[in-house]
Amino acid sequence: MKNLIRSLCEAPGPSGFESGIRKLVTKEVESFADEIRTDNLGNLIVSRGKTGPESKKIMVAAHMDEIGFMVTHIEERGYIRFMPIGGVNADACIGSRVRMMNGSLGLISAERKMTGAKSQTFENMFIDLGFEDQGDWPVQVGDVATYDYRLIELGDRLVSKALDDRIGVAVLVETLRRISYDEIDLQNEVFFVFTVQEEVGLRGAAPAAFGIEPDLGFAVDVTRTGDTPKALRMSVDLGKGPAVKVRDQRLIADPRVVKWMVSAAEKNGIPYQLEVLERGSTDAGAFQLVQTGVPAGCLSIPCRYLHTPSEMVDLRDVKNAVGLMIELLTQPVSLG
Amino acid sequence: MNDTLSFLKNIISISGLSGYEAPVREKIRSAWEPYTDEIHVSRMGSLHGLRHGTGTQPRNSILLAAHMDAIGLMVTGVVEGYLRLTEIGGIDPRVLPGTAVTVHGRQELKGVIVSPNRNLLPDVLESKAVPLEYLLVDVGMPPEFVNENIRVGDLISFDQPPVSVGKDLLLGHSLDNRASIAALSGSLSLLDGRQCEWDVWAVATVQEEETFAGAYTSAFKLRPSIAVAIDVTHGAGPGVPEHKTCAFGEGPVLGWGPNIHQELHKAMKRLAEELEIPHEMEPLPRHSGTDAYAMQVTASGIPTMVVSIPLRYMHTPVELVSVRDIERCSRLLAEFICSLDGEFMEKLALDKEL
Amino acid sequence: MTENGSLKISDEQVSLLERLCNASAVSGDEAEVRKIVIEEVRAVADEIKVDVLGNVLARRFGDGENRLKVMLAAHMDEVGMMVIHDEGKGIFRFKLVGGIPAHFLPAKSVAVGKNKIPGIIGAAPIHLTSAAERQNLISVDDMRLDVGPDNGEYVEIGDRVVFSTEFADHDNAVFAKALDDRIGVSILIQLLKNAPKNIDLFAAFTVQEEVGQRGASAAAFELDPDIAIVIDSTPANDQPAWDEGDDRWSGNKQYNTRIRKGPAIYIADRGTISDPRLIKHFVNTSHVEGIPFQLRQPGGGRTDAAAIHKQRSGIPSISISVPARYLHSPVSICDILDWMNTQKLIYFGLVGMPGDILAMEL
Repeated sequence: MKNLIRSLCEAPGPSGFESGIRKLVTKEVESFADEIRTDNLGNLIVSRGKTGPESKKIMVAAHMDEIGFMVTHIEERGYIRFMPIGGVNADACIGSRVRMMNGSLGLISAERKMTGAKSQTFENMFIDLGFEDQGDWPVQVGDVATYDYRLIELGDRLVSKALDDRIGVAVLVETLRRISYDEIDLQNEVFFVFTVQEEVGLRGAAPAAFGIEPDLGFAVDVTRTGDTPKALRMSVDLGKGPAVKVRDQRLIADPRVVKWMVSAAEKNGIPYQLEVLERGSTDAGAFQLVQTGVPAGCLSIPCRYLHTPSEMVDLRDVKNAVGLMIELLTQPVSLG
Repeated sequence: MNDTLSFLKNIISISGLSGYEAPVREKIRSAWEPYTDEIHVSRMGSLHGLRHGTGTQPRNSILLAAHMDAIGLMVTGVVEGYLRLTEIGGIDPRVLPGTAVTVHGRQELKGVIVSPNRNLLPDVLESKAVPLEYLLVDVGMPPEFVNENIRVGDLISFDQPPVSVGKDLLLGHSLDNRASIAALSGSLSLLDGRQCEWDVWAVATVQEEETFAGAYTSAFKLRPSIAVAIDVTHGAGPGVPEHKTCAFGEGPVLGWGPNIHQELHKAMKRLAEELEIPHEMEPLPRHSGTDAYAMQVTASGIPTMVVSIPLRYMHTPVELVSVRDIERCSRLLAEFICSLDGEFMEKLALDKEL
Repeated sequence: MTENGSLKISDEQVSLLERLCNASAVSGDEAEVRKIVIEEVRAVADEIKVDVLGNVLARRFGDGENRLKVMLAAHMDEVGMMVIHDEGKGIFRFKLVGGIPAHFLPAKSVAVGKNKIPGIIGAAPIHLTSAAERQNLISVDDMRLDVGPDNGEYVEIGDRVVFSTEFADHDNAVFAKALDDRIGVSILIQLLKNAPKNIDLFAAFTVQEEVGQRGASAAAFELDPDIAIVIDSTPANDQPAWDEGDDRWSGNKQYNTRIRKGPAIYIADRGTISDPRLIKHFVNTSHVEGIPFQLRQPGGGRTDAAAIHKQRSGIPSISISVPARYLHSPVSICDILDWMNTQKLIYFGLVGMPGDILAMEL
């Protein structure tokens, strides 16, 4: 699974420009799919399983897009002004390495901080692609870039850019893989949805759900942890298991879905944590409101240093998440 | 009428925080059953009660939405027997220290919200108000007991009992929006035995305080001809400027603005005048901040109206409402429903030029 | 392709814009503009209706097989104010409807309600204020609407208020209020009158864009198009920076768009990432047809596309706007050439739209 995670994380795909990721994922999963299609906005929808009186339509969503940068202005001397795509952490930008979608490499730096200014803003920053004076530079307004870092392994812990939410994508892919290779029957009709544009406002998820009309659903996304020095208070730790989300800024997880997830975890001895996230949201917040409603929840992968170039997850949490997914999808669902 | 008051006292004592409305829903359901022909629970947990009209099919329908969820708190962490908190719905943390609460863990526990001594808080706060992240709930039990019985995600509701104040007022928590539930229930009982042409959907929505999930999804499912949101609004009182509030205890309030269909407002206003029900207009320049915000743009759009009950001290444990205002609201809604006939939708048409 | 004569801005179009801009239609109260729109398009529409929110939905069907259903949207509402409290003697408190920067308000002449009762948002005379006071912006809360004691009785709580600017033009410069988005409305009317035959054109003259793209949401659901093009106006913040010329590091880096540089094609704003296939198509069209264009700087702001593209199963969308200065203020300025080129770009883009554009890989 590590190689899968690596190739997903290192590939560039900021919100609105997910085609590279979509191709990668398609290659990984098309042999496991009953049906596979791309919708109007670019969401990749893979379905597998059976229909029937007992079976439910379950939507599981992980977003393909990552945060990034979009060029807004190119100065006379080649310095590139940009705006963030999604919730980029401003402090973590300065000195970071970036890669334009056309392949050019560069870095982000900033103007001198004025005395009294609290922190850097994106208006003060610029990208330097190493251009020399006066040339026909291969960049224009609207071009996009992402962080450019390799994934590194620290024992059981993985550090990379874009673990949000390529790790969720990897969980979905791995679940599909395991179900196929181990020939486990899905008791439900499951739609594995690789969504677009989550980071800029959960935009892909609801249209995807509109076309599917699921009976219930959950997102698989990262969540913060509270276990680093003077972190935002949170009762989720790295390595203590995947988290069952109770609520975040846009979602109060349906209590029946929470119960479903918790029962499955307890019955199968899978470690889990309960999560309340005060700042942040996932695709579930958007797709729960579609049409007549979708009872929704979220299975979260604890992740440190979100929206920085070096996010960190614990592989054991990831494997346990896959295990829990398989239990959830391969049993009949009764939300009771 | 005693009925409104006792029903209201009853339902504000039942827990129903946003996302967890089931307990209060069951109470409302039993109150509505005698007055409805069908009653269902939506996918998101809203209560849909249908009263058939007498008009010929295809019949128009009116959806009356009152949100049944209430604000409260949720446990985000357990530390040394104390509980850390987050809010459900918007709460000013300054009203919390010293507030009695009920913690819904493995069992219901009594607790109080406390603000630690200043020496236990960051210096940077100095003598400023203490934000929610530093407040704690103390249930008075040893840590081992707390760890066994309470966990992250458990709900906390206010423990303020309802109190009648003077001849007309009621004090309690969750009057936002159970007062409107009582008003809607009152209308249903007033309609009992009367002939109305239109179908009536009485809907107790979920999650208005957080996501409007109930309003969006119930409107989409039911696709009414018109939709009325019944909610509370700010009643004049101490500490709030007059121009931002409505008269308190002087009748229901009719919203006006882009979130409201102009003709719908005018029709209701005319009726209130005919019936001599005191009322006031509330200008809502942008959004109403009610279920109408969600319902208006559902599917191909729905003409919406907002009828509000003035409330003092909104979003605190000690909200104050006039029971007479609730009854006036019931009457206005009931009469409005009965006045709806086959020609009403034409009055709402915005295409007179076509 | 030969140039379609009716795509040059005619005197009729200018006087139509004048009528549109001078009309009062604050979000939620669009009747006056709706009336003009219906008058202009009813004769050319195959189907026309006004939905329950007040959107005007007009369809014109093309010829031939497998036609793309294209939704074009322009919003009828403008930013303005609402009267909220009567203080007696013709003095009222008000609140903003839509995003008007408060610094545009003091000492302006306005028109109140359906009868356009003249009023003033006053400001204290300089003689009676101190230098220290004048350092601070005046908040809307401290401003008052004054219609004079005689007319106080004719103003109601809930009445809408607009700037009383009268439309004017000089050479190619247009001065008016509400160019956002009456210019879009006028372009959409013209396109509907000259609808290309290769597509089904679904025109949506929307309501309540300025308070959250509300009308567009319902319109898109109803029309259920294949793609959508939103015609709006977008700020040209192309004034010089305060230190321009001093040093090569200064200068305006956040101009959004510039006037007289052509229609602005959106790549991304706060609400939408335009569909890349549509961006490519319109950029191509401008090269092929020799129409100047600019790329709107990615950044803030929203258009009806924000609501439209997320409707139903998703609707690939793009916004193409006329650059204009001082939007959401009493006097906006735009150039007739930009207006004409926006109209041309969209027209030729529609004419040359491949029926299988959505089969292109995203």
